[in-house]
Amino acid sequence: MTLQELSRAVDALRPRLLRFALLQLRDAAAAEDAVQEALLAAIERAHQFAGAAAVSTWIFAILKNKIIDEFRRRDRLPQAAVDIEQEQGFDEALKDQFDEHGHWISHPTAWADPQASLEQKRFWAVFEICISGLPEKPARVFGMRELLGMETEEICKELGLSTSNCWVLLHRARLGLRDCLSRRWFGEN
Amino acid sequence: MLSCREETELMSQRLDRPLSLGERFSLRFHLLFCRGCRATQQHFAFLQTATRAWREHHDRDSTLR
Repeated sequence: MTLQELSRAVDALRPRLLRFALLQLRDAAAAEDAVQEALLAAIERAHQFAGAAAVSTWIFAILKNKIIDEFRRRDRLPQAAVDIEQEQGFDEALKDQFDEHGHWISHPTAWADPQASLEQKRFWAVFEICISGLPEKPARVFGMRELLGMETEEICKELGLSTSNCWVLLHRARLGLRDCLSRRWFGEN
Repeated sequence: MLSCREETELMSQRLDRPLSLGERFSLRFHLLFCRGCRATQQHFAFLQTATRAWREHHDRDSTLR
């Protein structure tokens, strides 16, 4: 691949990389840095790529590593009080969905024609708001699992979590997202 | 019998690992009688569809918004 071809491929890819990094890192400057580093790494290897698909796979793999590095860096810092509060508030809200025997307090109801939402731009805005509203840890695991399509074992290994811990975080993320989409998009409650 | 909360854990894990025969049976049986969990099953399945579509949207058309 020539540098010019690579540059076209990278231009097409950039918005998607940025969105992904932003959803994961929740900080525009950090997302920009991670994407920039991934793209620079790709440019150094332009001659090795056979086509646009190979570039996309490769850059996403690099970006994923940059994001994981950033997670590790953050994990070495003390957790901010506001994050701890957010996480506790989130857990409380999830707990409140069930009574002491683990049964629904108010039964969730089926969403009407959710498939149709996928065609609406406004839905995607809400969807991203809901992901951004998750506490950092469940959001991380969910993003890696569903937005990057990684296998659970790989995620646990990269983040240094036990498998059961990963499942707990994914469960919390899904319950939280369901709750958010119910309230903000599907309009129940 | 598992509680609704525990069944939602299985519904979530079902998307991440193969469930055992016993777990599948428990879930299927529970869903027959529990409307709230049936709705949750639909919601979780849709979340997966939506995240896949999100990926594809950005593959296909990064100028969506």
